[in-house]
Amino acid sequence: MFKVNKTVEEINEKIKHGEAVIVNAEEMIDIVDKKGIIEAAKSVDVVTTATFGTMCSSGALINFGHTKPKIKASEVYLNDVAAYGGLAAVDAYIGATAVKAKDPLNAVHPGRFEYGGGHVIEDLIAGKKLKLIAKGYGTDCYPSKYAEMEITIDDLKQATLANPRNAYQNYSVAINTTDKTIYTYMGVLKPKIANATYSSAGQMSPLMNDPFYLTLGIGTKIFLGGGTGYIVYNGTQHNPDEKRNNRGVPMTGAGALAVMGDMKNMNSKYIKGASILGYGASLSIGIGVPIPVLNEEIAFFTSVKDEDIDAYIFDYGYDYPRRIDNNYGLTNYRDLRSGQITVKGKTVPATPLSSYYMALEISEKLKEWIMDKKFYLTQYAEQLPTSKDYEPMKYVKGNI
Amino acid sequence: MISKKIMLKFNKATSNQPIISNLAKTYNLTFNIMSAQIFPRKEGFVIFELTGNETDFQKGTQYLKDNGINIQLIEESIIRDDDKCYHCGFCVAVCPTEALIIDDKKTMKVNLHKDRCIACGYCVGVCPVKAIKLSEFA
Repeated sequence: MFKVNKTVEEINEKIKHGEAVIVNAEEMIDIVDKKGIIEAAKSVDVVTTATFGTMCSSGALINFGHTKPKIKASEVYLNDVAAYGGLAAVDAYIGATAVKAKDPLNAVHPGRFEYGGGHVIEDLIAGKKLKLIAKGYGTDCYPSKYAEMEITIDDLKQATLANPRNAYQNYSVAINTTDKTIYTYMGVLKPKIANATYSSAGQMSPLMNDPFYLTLGIGTKIFLGGGTGYIVYNGTQHNPDEKRNNRGVPMTGAGALAVMGDMKNMNSKYIKGASILGYGASLSIGIGVPIPVLNEEIAFFTSVKDEDIDAYIFDYGYDYPRRIDNNYGLTNYRDLRSGQITVKGKTVPATPLSSYYMALEISEKLKEWIMDKKFYLTQYAEQLPTSKDYEPMKYVKGNI
Repeated sequence: MISKKIMLKFNKATSNQPIISNLAKTYNLTFNIMSAQIFPRKEGFVIFELTGNETDFQKGTQYLKDNGINIQLIEESIIRDDDKCYHCGFCVAVCPTEALIIDDKKTMKVNLHKDRCIACGYCVGVCPVKAIKLSEFA
């Protein structure tokens, strides 16, 4: 079926012998332009992709070890941010969007959300001291009802980042048609369509480069927050059947990844607590995914350009909060990155929310790790649910 | 010619005097006010761009100092912590003067041009990692 056929195992063998050719997703565009997909597939072994953005569906699973006497902690607080304690005795899950009990929220709009779960995660990774409070109701085996301690990540038995939905394949472009400035998770949107925001690394983004999830799946090792982690499942809201363009790239959300990784090997440069004005606390995180170039079709998919990636424009002022199914047309990431798009005939400044700058840096870092033989590729245990629209070479043929 | 964006802080005694008018007339300086406010206790601030030849500019700012007015250059008041900034672009959306801007569309780095800043403070509020500060901002 393919003219070039490589396996992950063969690529790892090349990495081991220092013979693998690794490029980032931006470099792959030029290589395919110059050589064509067959020669590109022969010469390039791995394409590194990455994204760095605010991803609310993130959190950390922690185990803080048994206290003396023991406690069955049903309420847990880290620096006064509530973690979920409805797990075993000293297990807890802290979500990125949780805030302090006394946070004024949006009482004075727009609220600032100074410190939340995302900041707890950053502080843990940065090695800072945090106050942990655990409350229990007391049982025969776990008699203690209250424990307060100062901890760092080293005191925790486990600290595992566990993010149900990251690295969304594509995302909406946001505008505001109302008469008032609004404060959203898509940033500040000025009235009467005075600006637009978008949140994807476009051509650098992992799932843009493997739109049908052919090379990645459950068990794929990735760059996660400066350390290593794994794709553990399809992300929440993963929907491979969204409408796709002639390159097979979905025009809205579509696929997503659930990821996990040991926070003890992460670096707070690549994972940061976020305060989104008027919206809430969150976590900004860097994810890098290596894509093995197994054949010419993968070479084709990894050569995707910003101009090949479409995104719908939605009104976050009126339609979105009311769940009105309406859009303001399509744009693409070439136009978005240029800083100006056209919405209903009007020129509108466009600014990003996801850091392309950091995505590039992470793709380079991941490349370095592979070249230094610190990072090998993994064959997934199982594929993520994919689209009914996929047939081998269908999209390649459609673009020749 | 010299042109600087400056914040003047007036105390109760000076806030009702025609300081800026005197400054313009006596020292042949032009000014463009960007924002101004007087607070309930009668102290206040003005942010303006002051333009003129170098000698006049020096004399004029000395006149302000002699009258007990606190002078601060805006370009010295905005500070970005480059370890915190991850070049997301939240601030670029709200900056009214392109002081925060993505100049290079290839790297998508967010640049800060301090000389364009008017100390409006919008970026301070929207920065998700609190990387931007305006010192002494009223």
